Amino acid sequence: MVQRFVMAIDQGTTSTRCILFDHNARLVSVAQREHRQHHPRPGWVEQDAVEIWRNVDRIMPQALRDAGISADQVAALGITNQRETAVVWDRHTGVPVGRAITWEDIRTESLIAELEARPGIDQVRDRCGLPLATYFSAPKLKWLLDNVSGLRDRAERGDVLFGTMDSWLIWNLTGGVHGGLHVTDVTNASRTMLMNLSTQKWDPELLAFFDIPQQMLPEIRPSTEIRGRTVRVVPGIEIAAALGDQQAALFGQTCFAKGDTKCTYGTGSFLLMNTGNTLVRSQHGLLTTIGYQLGGEPATYALEGSIAVTGSLVQWFRDNLGLIHTAPEIETLARTVKDNGGCYIVPAFSGLFAPHWLPRARGLVVGLTSYITKGHLARAALEATAWQTREVVDAMNADLGVPAQRLRVDGGMTADHLLMQFIADVLDVPVMRPLVAETVSLGAAYAAGLAVGYWPDLEGLRRNWHLAARWTPQMDPAHRDEEYANWKRAVELTFAWAKSGRKTN
Amino acid sequence: MPGPIQSIERAAAMLRLLARGSGHHGLTEISDSLGLPRGTAHGILRTLQRVEFVEQDRATGRYRLGAALLHLGTSYLDANELRSRSINWADTLAARSGQAVRIGMHLDGAVLVVHHVFRPDDTMQTLGIGAMLPLHATALGKVLAAYDPDLSAAIRSRELTSLTRRTIVRPAALERVLAEVRSAGWAGEAEEYMPGEASIAAPIRIPGGLVVGAMGISGAVDRICDTAGRPRPALVSQVLQAAEAVTRALAAES
Ligand SMILES: Nc1ncnc2c1ncn2[C@@H]1O[C@H](COP(=O)(O)OP(=O)(O)OP(=O)(O)O)[C@@H](O)[C@H]1O
Ligand SMILES: [Mg+2]
Repeated sequence: MVQRFVMAIDQGTTSTRCILFDHNARLVSVAQREHRQHHPRPGWVEQDAVEIWRNVDRIMPQALRDAGISADQVAALGITNQRETAVVWDRHTGVPVGRAITWEDIRTESLIAELEARPGIDQVRDRCGLPLATYFSAPKLKWLLDNVSGLRDRAERGDVLFGTMDSWLIWNLTGGVHGGLHVTDVTNASRTMLMNLSTQKWDPELLAFFDIPQQMLPEIRPSTEIRGRTVRVVPGIEIAAALGDQQAALFGQTCFAKGDTKCTYGTGSFLLMNTGNTLVRSQHGLLTTIGYQLGGEPATYALEGSIAVTGSLVQWFRDNLGLIHTAPEIETLARTVKDNGGCYIVPAFSGLFAPHWLPRARGLVVGLTSYITKGHLARAALEATAWQTREVVDAMNADLGVPAQRLRVDGGMTADHLLMQFIADVLDVPVMRPLVAETVSLGAAYAAGLAVGYWPDLEGLRRNWHLAARWTPQMDPAHRDEEYANWKRAVELTFAWAKSGRKTN
Repeated sequence: MPGPIQSIERAAAMLRLLARGSGHHGLTEISDSLGLPRGTAHGILRTLQRVEFVEQDRATGRYRLGAALLHLGTSYLDANELRSRSINWADTLAARSGQAVRIGMHLDGAVLVVHHVFRPDDTMQTLGIGAMLPLHATALGKVLAAYDPDLSAAIRSRELTSLTRRTIVRPAALERVLAEVRSAGWAGEAEEYMPGEASIAAPIRIPGGLVVGAMGISGAVDRICDTAGRPRPALVSQVLQAAEAVTRALAAES
């Protein structure tokens, strides 16, 4: 019998990966390509959707080649993507209307301030579960409609389509201008601010609030469901699942039970807790979002603590400051000193996300003395990831009333041993990494494999989860408290710097 | 005797050119100065850039000597980077073999464990990143010693400590074992480090063939070895495949 595999495409913020997994959830091949980040103005971050599509065109065949298998050995394809990033394209030509506006882009800051004053604002959070922030798709889409000349007319005539990256890729893979499917899944839709969390349909009130013509929106589908077959790149592969990358990681970590929690450390970091079929509203600055929806079943909700800048701070050390050549060298540099020397970095590059939701905050470095070296800065950069995690874990604990006993982690930054130890230290709970660090892709593969019966059920998937590494807390409690107090003071200073701003949450 | 290799001579000439005067030259200046077609010069420069002997200024596109050239004697690959770049394949090896995985680099006459993946059976294990292991008594160490002439020599001239009754302590015997490692392309060890334990390891290389680390599995001797006490061929090939996957990953980008 020929062996069959499941393919995942992880369309991320900085790169796109195509990964093949075997039946035991073992990685068989990985093909990856980075795409460019465009920064035309301060705070603007754009990507070229065509470049991303071209990357998919190269990595899909490459992953098959590296594994030495043919397309008919692929049982299913799962697609996962950076969330919120908005792209609008012409349905007749397939050409995007300008570059995609990414989730990190904060050009809509003043638009947000305007929207805050609109009637109906009080309803927004209740309906979509999200605070009004630059982060989500609807303000980005509204910005495009308001600023690209003629776009609103074209949208109203049904000539242009909107989507997050899942929609863009599936539309292209299923034929593009020749009958491509214009669909999204509930998890991606739950990041737009346009979907009603309870009904999981586009919400007319929200569409009216943001002034978005419904014709341009994709159809909302469950996360796992046979969507159709690819007709381009590698034809004939069943597309059987799509979900946002953080939700895919939740799935890949097999967080299928209420209360199961994970944190994924990549460009940003995202703590998600499965809350079952109950829509839980946070009192402490977390988001309510959809965790996943299996075809034919009710949606599973999640609480989320989103941190905008973690891995991207490391990239900033590399690309903007030139203090390191590669991201992992941050650990080497940080190990040249024994502590942070009194230095703290609050990387509020895109404002502060959870639990503060302060769009006008800007980053700062405090505690500088002539003693501080680049080693201290590197340490402060890694510590910032840990303290930001502590803030969202505290918020989660406060919402639930019971403290978390452990933290399941994944993502590229989990290769950083110093960082993982520090996270265990500041949370005072063990930090656990499962055997597949590419949990985002694994989750998309699981979802797709489940949809086509390649894997029988959730229980079987859960048995695949194995512990690869475990960091146990070692920090002296008094020292931890003191450092946390310092961190909090540093965060307060970013509020002060953003004095013209106000909290949106 | 084959004659001199032209592209190496040309590369040497480029490095000499960049080492003198302003030290910053564009592609045309370099190709014109050396009388080379631009395409040829560009290919050599790209390769020199890949091995970090040459850097290209992002803004001007001009070439200069790479920082790596000034630190030729020091480490070729950052240990934390090796961990990052190998993490997927180390996980896969642990999943396939059912054994704990370690990646080691040489440090001060011993093996520094730069990465460790637990045996995937969810039993209590302690993360061993940062631990030091002996070169002569572990599969990781034998690989590192076998492919480093200085280390091989040092080991031969040194008193080898006995850790178990199977530890190889006679320099001549170890020398033979290291030669076998070089010809087989992998190393094994049964109860030479710890009674009841065995290990298998293979080299991780950077383009050009230089060994920068070793990757291997370790576990109960009856799991790692067959009844004759030899490492199981299936496990050996899994270790070799994983180390080759990391080698390919290191060659892919950089
Ligand atoms: N050893 C390391 N120490 C600290 N940070 C690291 C390390 N290795 C990678 N990173 C950071 O992790 C991020 C890459 O991780 P990962 O590939 O999971 O990110 P990602 O967010 O999924 O990427 P994408 O946005 O493309 O999906 C980068 O931002 C990089 O700076
Ligand atoms: Mg990602």
